[in-house]
Amino acid sequence: MIRVGVVGLGKMGLSHLSILGAHPQVTIVGVADASGYLVDVLSKYTGIRGFSSLEEMLVEVDLDALLVATPSRLHGPMVKAAIGKGIHVFCEKPLTLSPDVSRELAELAYTHGVVTQVGYHNRFVAPFQEMHRLLNGGAIGRVTHVLAEAYGPVVLKSKGATWRAQKSEGGGALYDYAAHPLDLLSWYVGEPIRAGGSVLGRVFSESTDDEVYSTLFYENGTSAQLSVNWSDESYRKMTTRITATGTQGRIFADRQEVQAFFRSGAPMAKGYREGWNVRYTTDLTDPVAFYLRGEEYSAQIDCFIDRVRRGEVAGTNDFSSAAVTDRVMDLISTDAAGKGVPASTSGSERPRARRLLSSRKSK
Amino acid sequence: MQLILGDNQFFGVNHMSEERARAQAIRFQDNSAIMKVIEDAYSLGIRSFMCTTHDRIGQLVSKVKAAQDRFADFAFQPCMPYAHKYSDAVTEAGLLGALRRFLPEDGLLSAALRGGRSLARKDVEGVITLLIEAEMVAFRGVGTPTIWLQNVVVDLLLGMGFLEPFRIFESFVRERYGAQAGFITMNLPLLLRALDEIGVVDPLICANINKLGFRMSGGIDAYQTVLAERPFRAVAMSVFASGAIPPREAIEWIIDQPNIESIVFGASTREHIEQTVSLVHELS
Repeated sequence: MIRVGVVGLGKMGLSHLSILGAHPQVTIVGVADASGYLVDVLSKYTGIRGFSSLEEMLVEVDLDALLVATPSRLHGPMVKAAIGKGIHVFCEKPLTLSPDVSRELAELAYTHGVVTQVGYHNRFVAPFQEMHRLLNGGAIGRVTHVLAEAYGPVVLKSKGATWRAQKSEGGGALYDYAAHPLDLLSWYVGEPIRAGGSVLGRVFSESTDDEVYSTLFYENGTSAQLSVNWSDESYRKMTTRITATGTQGRIFADRQEVQAFFRSGAPMAKGYREGWNVRYTTDLTDPVAFYLRGEEYSAQIDCFIDRVRRGEVAGTNDFSSAAVTDRVMDLISTDAAGKGVPASTSGSERPRARRLLSSRKSK
Repeated sequence: MQLILGDNQFFGVNHMSEERARAQAIRFQDNSAIMKVIEDAYSLGIRSFMCTTHDRIGQLVSKVKAAQDRFADFAFQPCMPYAHKYSDAVTEAGLLGALRRFLPEDGLLSAALRGGRSLARKDVEGVITLLIEAEMVAFRGVGTPTIWLQNVVVDLLLGMGFLEPFRIFESFVRERYGAQAGFITMNLPLLLRALDEIGVVDPLICANINKLGFRMSGGIDAYQTVLAERPFRAVAMSVFASGAIPPREAIEWIIDQPNIESIVFGASTREHIEQTVSLVHELS
C-alpha cells in the first residue's frame, strides 16, 4: 500500500482525496488544511487523521507520497519540504508562480529520485491524447498554427472572497484557466520562444486577470494563439479546446470529441480517412476503476500511483514538464506588462492600452 | 419497465458533443420549448420527470402546477444538488462561504439557528437537512415521490468513505417529504457495498447501465453480477451511451438485464420519445 497524505482541502483537494480514497493501492494516512474546521469534520466522520499544517503532518505520519492542493502561492515551500524527506509529490497546477522556482524544484526532485506529477488532467483526456497521437504521427503535415482556447463562468461579478481572486496567491484566469490550454500547447508543439500581443484583461475582478490573449511563436515557425476568458457565462462549465492547422489538414479536439479533416495525400492514421473524421469520447476513453467528475481525474492519479510503485521518476506531467508551462505563463505576463517590448515603437501604444484597461475596469 | 424523462438535453448537457449541447441549450432556452417536450412525454404515457435542481426548474414546476388538470399524477423526481452552482460558488466564496450562501434566507430564525448550531458543532446532519430543504423549495405543491442525490456528491463522499450523509439523506427525505431516497452513481458496485455497511437496505440506485460499459466503473461484469445477485432497485441511465449504441440494440440489451425497474432517457422531440416508448413496449 502507498501511504498518501493530502494537504489543502479545497475543491481539488477533496476531489483528489476521494479518488485516492477509492484507490485499492492507497491508504490515506493524513489530511492537512489551515481551516481546522474542515479537517475536524472529515476526521470526525471518516477517521482519517487530520492536521492543521503540513509541518505537523510530516512530523506525525510516515508518507510515501504527498498530494498538494493548496493555493498556488504555497506550492513551492510545501513541495520542497516533501522532496527533502524523499516523499513523492503530486501537485496541483500551476507548479509554482515562478518559473525559476519550478525549475529548481524539478532539479531537486530529480536529485532526490522522487516521482513528481502536476495536475494537468487534460493530458489524460482521451480526445486530447488522440490529438497528440495524430500530431505526433504527422497526420496534418507541418503544423502552421494552433488555436488554444478555454472559456467558462467562474468570475461573474467583482467581489471574490477566495485566494483565486488574488493574483499574488496564484489566482486569475492565467494561472487558473490559461494554464490548461498552454500545457496542451507545450505537449503538442513544444516551448515557444516568444510571446506577442499579450493581454491580461479584467472583466470583473479587482485584483487579477479574467481574460488572457496572446500570440506565441515557436522556433520551427509554428505560431499559436491563446484565447481564454473565465468570465463568460455563455459556457455552462469550463470548456477547453484546441485546433491545429497544418499543411495536410486540421484537427480539433475538446473533452468530448476529435474532429479531424485530412487532405488527400495526408499520411493517414489507422482508422482515419481522407476528409472529415469524428471520434467521440465514448469510443476513445478507457474505463477507470473509480469515476468522479471525469475519467481523466482518476486516470492521472492511477498514473501517479503506478509511477510511485515503479519508482519511475520521469513521466507524464512531471515537474520538468510543468515547469515549461510556468515559463510560458511568465513569458505572457512579461509581454503583457510591456517589459518584453522593444523600444523601437514610439511608446504611445502602451499608455493607450493601459487607459483602455482602466476604463474597462471601472465599468 | 418504467420510463422516466431526464433533463440533460434541456440544459446543454451532452456527453458526446459540445456543439450539440449548445444547439440544445439554444433550442430550449425558452421554457415553453421544454414544456412542449414534457407535454409530449405525458401524452405518450410518461409520468415522471427526473430533473436537476437547476435555477430554471422552479419555473417549470410552476407551469406544471398551473396546468395541473392536464398533468394528473405527473411527478417530479428532483436530483440535488445542481453541482455547478455549488462548484462555482466554492471557487468564488470558499467552501464555508458557499454553504452559507445556499442555506435558506427566508427569515426562519430556527433554520438559521439550526444551521449555525450545526456548523458550530461540526455536525453535518443539520447542514445537510437545511440544504435539502433549500433545494426542495422549488418543488412546493407538486408530487416528488423520489428525491435523488446527484452522482458528483454521492461519488465524492463514497471515495472519501464519508458515508454518514447517505443515511441522513435517506431518512430525512423519507420522514420530511414521504419520499423514496435515490442515489445516483458512476460506481454502482462500490456504492452498494457502502450502503450495506451503513444499513441502508434495498436502496434505489440510478447508474449508467449500457451494453458498451460506458461509465460503468468497476466494469460491466461487476454491474451484471450485482444486478443478478444484490437486493436493490436499479434505474438505468445512459442506456444509449450518449448515442453510441443504436436505440433498438440498446433497449434489447437493457431489457434482458435482471432487476432494472426503470430507464431514464433524454429526448428532445416527440419522435424520439415515441421511438423509445414503442421500442420498450415491443421488446418488453
